[in-house]
Amino acid sequence: MGYEVNIGIEIHAELLTSSKVFCSCPVKFGASPNTLTCPVCLGLPGALPVLNRKAVDFTILTALALNCEINRHPIFHRKNYYYPDLPKNYQISQYDTPIGINGRLDIETENGRKRIRIRRVHLEEDTGKLLHSGGHITHSDMSFVDFNRSGVPLLEIVSEPDILSTEEAKEYLTNIRDILVFLGVCDGKMEEGSMRCEANVSIREKGAKKLGVKTELKNINSFRAVERALIYEIDRQVKALSSSKEVIQETRHWDEKDEKTVSMRSKEEAHDYRYFPEPDLVPLQIDNEWIERLKSQLPELPEQKYERYKTLGLTPYDAKLLTHDIELSRFFEDTIKIYNNPKWISNWLLGDITKELKDRNKLISQTSFTPEILVEMLSLIDEGKISGRIAKDLLPELIDKGVSPKKLVEEKNLIQITDTDTVLEVINQILRENAKVVEEYKKGKEKSFTFLVGQVMKLTKGRADPKLVNELLKKALG
Amino acid sequence: MLSIEEVTHIERLARLKLSDQERERYRKQLSDVLDYAARLNAIDTSNVPPMYHVLPVTNVLREDIPNDNFSQGEALTNAPIQENGFFVIPPILGGEE
Amino acid sequence: MELADLTAHKLIELIEKREASPLEVAHSFLNRIEKYEPKVKAYLNLKDKEEVITSIRDNEPYSALLIAIKDNILVKGLHTTCASKILSNFIAPYNATVIEKLNLQNFNIVGKTNLDEFAMGSSTENSAFGPTRNPWDLERVPGGSSGGSAASVAIGECAWALGSDTGGSIRQPASFCGVVGLKPTYGTVSRYGLVAFASSLDQIGPITKDVTDNALLYSIINGHDPNDSTSLKLEPHKFTHLSQDIKGIKIGVIRELLGEGVDSTIKKCINDAIETFESLGATVDEVSLPHIDYSVPTYYILAPAEASSNLARFDGVRYGFRALGKITEDMMSNTRGEGFGPEVKRRIMLGTYVLSAGYYEAFYLKALKFRNLIASDFNSAFKNFDVLISPTSPILPFKLGEKTENPLEMYLSDICTIPINLAGIPAISIPCGFVDNLPVGLQIIGPAFSEATLFRVAYGFEQATPFHNNRPNMGGIE
Repeated sequence: MGYEVNIGIEIHAELLTSSKVFCSCPVKFGASPNTLTCPVCLGLPGALPVLNRKAVDFTILTALALNCEINRHPIFHRKNYYYPDLPKNYQISQYDTPIGINGRLDIETENGRKRIRIRRVHLEEDTGKLLHSGGHITHSDMSFVDFNRSGVPLLEIVSEPDILSTEEAKEYLTNIRDILVFLGVCDGKMEEGSMRCEANVSIREKGAKKLGVKTELKNINSFRAVERALIYEIDRQVKALSSSKEVIQETRHWDEKDEKTVSMRSKEEAHDYRYFPEPDLVPLQIDNEWIERLKSQLPELPEQKYERYKTLGLTPYDAKLLTHDIELSRFFEDTIKIYNNPKWISNWLLGDITKELKDRNKLISQTSFTPEILVEMLSLIDEGKISGRIAKDLLPELIDKGVSPKKLVEEKNLIQITDTDTVLEVINQILRENAKVVEEYKKGKEKSFTFLVGQVMKLTKGRADPKLVNELLKKALG
Repeated sequence: MLSIEEVTHIERLARLKLSDQERERYRKQLSDVLDYAARLNAIDTSNVPPMYHVLPVTNVLREDIPNDNFSQGEALTNAPIQENGFFVIPPILGGEE
Repeated sequence: MELADLTAHKLIELIEKREASPLEVAHSFLNRIEKYEPKVKAYLNLKDKEEVITSIRDNEPYSALLIAIKDNILVKGLHTTCASKILSNFIAPYNATVIEKLNLQNFNIVGKTNLDEFAMGSSTENSAFGPTRNPWDLERVPGGSSGGSAASVAIGECAWALGSDTGGSIRQPASFCGVVGLKPTYGTVSRYGLVAFASSLDQIGPITKDVTDNALLYSIINGHDPNDSTSLKLEPHKFTHLSQDIKGIKIGVIRELLGEGVDSTIKKCINDAIETFESLGATVDEVSLPHIDYSVPTYYILAPAEASSNLARFDGVRYGFRALGKITEDMMSNTRGEGFGPEVKRRIMLGTYVLSAGYYEAFYLKALKFRNLIASDFNSAFKNFDVLISPTSPILPFKLGEKTENPLEMYLSDICTIPINLAGIPAISIPCGFVDNLPVGLQIIGPAFSEATLFRVAYGFEQATPFHNNRPNMGGIE
């Protein structure tokens, strides 16, 4: 029996505003407990919310980037439930008038480009944080509450269950994260909790029209956890259905340690949130001017960048890699402004330069390497003054010290030898000294040619123009 | 007349521990009020928009500027139990999963 | 009359003319408190006498005109209990905006007054700390929920007071105690620091001995507050000396509020008032507000619904009373079960029910539609009338314990005041007669932002009648 998978992903992203969504407490990570609170985010009697304009801007921007329709008259609702990290025991959120609806995100899959529909994008407030004695919610004898995070603006992005595999889920998450980071609305750090995700997973028999019973997966705290949790859960559901057991609609908690999903079905009934419009806030009216102003602030989005890079001649694979790396793509853009060979530039950036950066565990902006240096280096190759091989050897020093490639080449006396006579002289010397190898080559051993080339390069300390060497050696060997 | 189950359900939703007498008393009193409130069904309001807000005001927004807030001491000043800067509460779960 | 019986504006005059010293004036109030408080019990919390005295400044008349604040308005450093066990130990860590405004003018707060618990009630009998008694007849209620404030003003324990009004809680006690009470236009007085009962209905307002005092105090507390999103950005209403001229004012008598349910003695007072208005040159006609009979059911769906959510924050986690409980959920339920009084619990249950799944449309949404109809009725009426009038209460001040058995009966007595809160418009209650030495109040209602007109009409009536000079018989109390 074959099964199809449907996955829907819900993302909560903490916004990079300076103050909270309904009060002017600072938004800061890692402060001492309960040092970033006020009557509003502590839920004191008499406190009232006032909406942060920037949080709304960020939400509209994100909705625009995800091709959503913008709701012109959104309002906020109270979502009523009791939990000790929720100071008012209701969360100010959005119910049936989210700021963005009917959006989409196109992702790359092995079967080509695919559209994931975005159901909604809305704004709400975050809760405080609970800590449990003993470190875990079970078997603890008291809990501790810190309200620093209470009231931090939270963006909620909900997809339709159009995601059909774990790979697509990862791709979707990566793309969303990139967009949020590109827009500057969230720093996308799942490990720090500034971006959280929940997944709804269901399976159905191949060809079945209706979606299967879905479970909701929570406590997924990293990209890797997403993958493993989804794989586990899909497997669990397949096993259940295959042995004629039912899949129950419930919330399941991803246990990182034991690497499994655990049922959170408690004696509690399903939540009745008793949504009603928030009377302490007035409605929003988003007019064309507001939308246009934000549209003009939209930076080029990953999707558009990707397409543009392809038109510049990059392979889809390279275009994708470069798009996902903000630092490198910025460097790339600056370099192609002064030297028009995007493919060559990207090859260097994604190849040897990335390797050097990885070795140093540094971002390109943390080194002394600049677009000007790269361009100078490429020009030297282009002019035939050095070979690519030589350039590669120079990279470490260029990256660490930021010196001029021209100067370096002169100092080290690395100018390429392109004079035919000089090269021929060396070739002839090598042929004389390696008669046996020449014999072997003439007998058909291809590798001998490479050896001979290597000897020429060695004798010229790598400075001989490799193309010329190849050409002349071939001629000399007949 | 509301059933006891309905009253118990509301009790749970509202986190209000009631005694048996209270429950029975509220059952009757709530039923009275709700029956009275059902008078609203006398008029067809399908074409009447709900009045969510009395004020004809929109877009009340605040600039994103952080301001003074409570010190830790002020935040905890009325805390029934506190420890190391945290509000302390009984465990969330009863020890069973 | 003794100093404590004089109006605030008269006392200011005397102080400025040096015919009375600030100290004398303040002592006059303090003596009243000493003498009558044990019987009247208007206060839950009195400031230290020494502190009150030392706050008096010779050049600050307001510092001598002691003001009483209803105990659901936060005054920093003082207990704010809302007359509830659940907040009996709560000390306000911040000032309500209206208090900040008073502080700027060096007002001298003498104490916090008694109320129905969380402002839910019409008699002040729902206070967890015992009822306040009506100075005109100690066996009777002072009205509610601002009973303490009204009684305190009536008996001269303060010069003036602040109350709050959600369904009549300023106007009805003002009527029962023979003083003046204004519920301002929704949005003209900040709610920041007022413990919320029903957010879309609550307003803070002044309770005073006469209309001039009321206009004066209103001019000080009204105005936009950036901390309250529902507070309007208007030019604040400034105090102007009131004119007695109401010639040509068109007054509408609300037919439905002079029907069967109204005590005949009250009807007579209203009819006398109509004659007075006509003799002053106003025109008086009947007007019908066809949906006004639906006000009480509408209110008793909307107000408890909002209250059930507003009071969810009282859970024993961050402040207030905390009961025992093995797990947090039990602690919360026990805290609320033990900490709230019966009326509060009743309304929370009611509110939770009408918002719950399956009932939202039938009750809450339906009530919001009726709200629209009722507001529209007023709008239509104001096309033909400058103000509308009605009795403030259909019944005379009743005896303590007379109405506590049947909550519904108590709710029905709010019929005159409730529609005004639903429409968000202003209304003032002024004394218009006495029945067996019990005060009767006339309610004057105006369209939004018509406070100036209300004061003018009220002043005209007041100056043409003797009622504002009546004071409770002290002999009856001693």
